[in-house]
Amino acid sequence: MPIIIAFIAGLLMSVGIAYSQMIDPEKVLGFLTLNANWDPSLMLVMAAGLAVYSSGYWLFAKKDKPLFAPHFSMPGKKDLDKPLVIGSLLFGAGWGLIGYCPGPALAAISSGSSGTLVFIAAMVAGWFISRKLAI
Amino acid sequence: MDNFTPYTALIGGGMIGLGALILFVFSGRVAGISGIASSALFSSDGRSWRLAFLAGVIAGPLLVGSLITDFNYSTPELSWQVVVAGLLVGVGTGWGSGCTSGHGICGISRLSPRSITATLLFMLSGVVVATLLR
Repeated sequence: MPIIIAFIAGLLMSVGIAYSQMIDPEKVLGFLTLNANWDPSLMLVMAAGLAVYSSGYWLFAKKDKPLFAPHFSMPGKKDLDKPLVIGSLLFGAGWGLIGYCPGPALAAISSGSSGTLVFIAAMVAGWFISRKLAI
Repeated sequence: MDNFTPYTALIGGGMIGLGALILFVFSGRVAGISGIASSALFSSDGRSWRLAFLAGVIAGPLLVGSLITDFNYSTPELSWQVVVAGLLVGVGTGWGSGCTSGHGICGISRLSPRSITATLLFMLSGVVVATLLR
C-alpha cells in the first residue's frame, strides 16, 4: 500500500508541475527574472500548493499516526545552521541559472532532451558530493 | 504581463499541494522531491516507496500529454551552464536539506523556521542570479 500511495503522490505532484508549466524552465525564469515582462504565475502555484497542503496538514496533524504507517516521519531539526543557509543560497543560484529545481527536472526526463538529462546527471553528482562532503 | 497564466497556475499548484498532502496523510512523510530522489539513489533504507514516488513523478507529464493535445514545454540547451546549475542544485538541496517542494510547500505549511529561512534564501539567490544574467 505505501508503494501505491507514493506513486499516486508523485504522479499528482508531477501532473501539477506539468499543468502549471513549472516543468518549463522558461516559465520559471519568467518569474525569477524581475523585468518589465515579469510573470507572477509561479507565486500562484506556490500559494495554491500552500493553501491545500497547510489546510490538510493542520487538520490531520493532531492525529497520533498516519493512516497507513505506524508513525509520522517528519523532520525534527530546528536550528538554522550553516549547511541550511549555504545550501539554500547555492540551490537558488543553480535554479536561477537554468530555471530547473529538482521536481521539474525529473518530471521532464521523458522529453529525452540532452540538456535535461545532463542537468539531472550533474544534480545527482551534486547530491553524492553533499553526502560525502559535510560543511 | 501577457505571459501570466493564473488559472493553470492555481489548478496546478493545488494538485502539487494535494499530492504532497496524500503522502503526509497516508504515510506521514514530507514530499520533498530532492530528498526522496537522493535517498532513493544513495540509501538502501526505504528505497521501494521512494522509487515508486519517482516513477509517479516521471509518469506525470506523460499523462498530461495524453490528455491535453497541445501540451509541450521547453528544455534547456546543452551547455556548461547546465552542468554548473545541476551541480549547484544537487549540492545546494543536499546541504540545505530540501528544495521547492519539501521546504517551499511542506515546510512552510508546517511553519518550520528552517523551511521558511531556506525558501527565502533560495528565492532570493534565484531572483538575483536570473535577473543579473538575463
